[in-house]
Amino acid sequence: MNLLSFRGGVHPPHYKEATERFKVEKAKEPDRVAIPLQQHIGAPCEPLVKVGDKVKIGQKIGEAKAFVSTPVHSSVSGEVKQIARMLTPTGEVECIVIEADGLNEVHESVKPKGDIENLSGKQILDIIKEAGIVGMGGATFPTHVKLSPPPEKKIDTIILNGAECEPYLTADHRLMLEDPESIVYGLRAMMKVVNVSKAYIGIEDNKPDAIESMKNASKGYKEIKVVGLKTKYPQGAEKQLIYACTKREVPSGGLPMDAGVIVNNVATASAVAKAIKTGMPLIERICTITGKGIKEPKNLLIKVGTYIKEIVEQCGGYNGNPGKIILGGPMMGLSQHTDEIPSTKGTSGILVFTPEEARLPEPKACIRCGKCVDICPAFLQPLYISAYSLRNMYETAEKYHALDCIECGSCSFICPSKRPLLQSIRVAKREIIAKKRKTK
Amino acid sequence: MDNRLIVSSSPHIRADESVNRIMRDVVIALLPATLAGVYFFRIGAVKIILAAVIAAVVTEALIQKICKKPVTINDWSAVVTGLLLAFNIPASAPWWIPVIGSVFAIAIVKQVFGGLGHNFMNPALAARAMLLASWPVQMTAWVKPGADAVSTATPLAILGGEAAGEQLPSLADLIIGNIGGCIGETSAILLIIGGIYLVYRGVITPRVPIIYIATVAVLTFILGGFSIQFMIYQVFAGGLMIGAIYMATDYASSPVTPKGQVIFALGCGILTSIIRLYGGYPEGVSYSILLMNVAVPLIDKYTSPRVFGEVK
Ligand code: SF4
Ligand code: SF4
Repeated sequence: MNLLSFRGGVHPPHYKEATERFKVEKAKEPDRVAIPLQQHIGAPCEPLVKVGDKVKIGQKIGEAKAFVSTPVHSSVSGEVKQIARMLTPTGEVECIVIEADGLNEVHESVKPKGDIENLSGKQILDIIKEAGIVGMGGATFPTHVKLSPPPEKKIDTIILNGAECEPYLTADHRLMLEDPESIVYGLRAMMKVVNVSKAYIGIEDNKPDAIESMKNASKGYKEIKVVGLKTKYPQGAEKQLIYACTKREVPSGGLPMDAGVIVNNVATASAVAKAIKTGMPLIERICTITGKGIKEPKNLLIKVGTYIKEIVEQCGGYNGNPGKIILGGPMMGLSQHTDEIPSTKGTSGILVFTPEEARLPEPKACIRCGKCVDICPAFLQPLYISAYSLRNMYETAEKYHALDCIECGSCSFICPSKRPLLQSIRVAKREIIAKKRKTK
Repeated sequence: MDNRLIVSSSPHIRADESVNRIMRDVVIALLPATLAGVYFFRIGAVKIILAAVIAAVVTEALIQKICKKPVTINDWSAVVTGLLLAFNIPASAPWWIPVIGSVFAIAIVKQVFGGLGHNFMNPALAARAMLLASWPVQMTAWVKPGADAVSTATPLAILGGEAAGEQLPSLADLIIGNIGGCIGETSAILLIIGGIYLVYRGVITPRVPIIYIATVAVLTFILGGFSIQFMIYQVFAGGLMIGAIYMATDYASSPVTPKGQVIFALGCGILTSIIRLYGGYPEGVSYSILLMNVAVPLIDKYTSPRVFGEVK
């Protein structure tokens, strides 16, 4: 097979063996969920219910007026117990706590919406928006916003990201094996929304079975091309994926649409299919629970709002004392202070390290080996940006294009001196952006 | 359990690459040539190598102790500097030559500028230049390989006319290293094998050595009157191999950008050829690399790579 790729990148060990062969299991029904009113990029939602209200599965319980935002729905049927600010994976956010009544009643609004052929693009877009669908690869950007480019941007291609280049995670892999049709259906729906006739599904070649499966599922559709990608991190990063598939570079400071492309995750496409076919909004997702710190690693279908602690218990609990809990993959995931936080639409993985694995390496002086420069997929010079950031010279850091960093973490990963490169680059980015805001 | 959880910025996994591993790999790569040096020059080589390495390690430890900095001799970098310096000294030199060289390399060139990664010149090369300027007689007292230390001239000196009249060694002897010269400069083939190992281990990219050596080959061929034999001697004799593979690739004193490395290597090659052919001195590798070392900050500055998505 002709494998597509980008320049730069690293080869972290995959660690996927622990879960890649396990079928997705349905997680136990939670007794209690806490649904964050902000689990995506954009404006937080206002609650539509109050304490004491009865809610059903799929009922909309939070909504925001802003365009860049997306509603949230209840994942259980039961009673609203509390609406308060609580700790979530991305910090303190207002949450709606619902106690499940075990009846699993589905809300009246949840019913099939029709078929791609009979629905207009605008109608599909509304379904996507109402279903609260966001990018499920981790960035959780509202999908309907992505699918509404300004009219002057000519979009001609949609790319589905099935690379799953993060080590450990196998959620997308399993989805591509177990329900490839839904991915193709969702992709076709999105193609109708933006009216394009070309689509790629990019999958790393360490998942030949997934490539096979997606090829079979998309057989009848000539406009959809399943492409094998070289297994390399960050193959699934938007700009790198676009380059691999189309050889187009997203302009520095621009968005994928500036290259005429929209990128979505395979799980997002599947959620779109579900919203159209059954009317069920995004209230559950596949999550990989893995790592040496977990007794029985699994791929579970979890309801949004389920506590991480409960999910871990269903995987045999912790293997000894956990050293680090990461939501997402090991390269870009967020490490957490506690497991008493709810899962969100973006929880693609729960990765638990043993205390040994969690120990932070001692950073040494930069030896100027140039490895970070060699591998940076954005073609930056991480050593300089980091050095200037550490000296508070943010303007110079900006001259070295700090803002073009995609925060993939490859530089920190490869550095033989174990320097926290990305960490310091993030600081520089924050300072530069803050300053730009001020001067505006 | 909560307070025991470690929270840190991503990424949460690191490659098993480390400074120690890199430096250890360099030592391993130099081992065959070291053994060859000992084989050809016997006890003289052993004395020089031991003196240089021990002096380098002890100096590093002492300075870091005195400055109350963490002692980093276990990162092998002092061993590498000592070994490279020893390679640049003739086997007949007295023991105090390598000692002074190592102390200078570590104390002045490396530590004064802030330690590993901050030296803007290659410490071993800077030390060699200093030794050559201060003790030219001892530093050029070449001996023939063997136990009895018969003095001889290096092939480059013969070619350059400084030692005209002496017999040029055979090509085979030249490549295995059975010739007069510094301890480690001689066995081209073993140095190349070590270099291949370093490329294989990802310690260096072949960019700098290949371009450097190729530039010297092309220039000496053209400027040397299109003589293949002259070119081959220029490439395999003297310090080109060790310089191109082990010194010009020194991280701290070479550019970090790929384009910068190409310019750096070209510069080294051009300077080496010019010094050898037109300078008053048969060998030009050390000075060329040192000169280019000084230009590195400038090269790095003007070879910033084009950022992904940037139109230049
Ligand atoms: S990888 Fe680390 S040691 Fe090497 S140049 Fe970059 S920051 Fe320096
Ligand atoms: S500088 Fe940014 S884009 Fe480049 S490797 Fe580091 S994290 Fe990735």
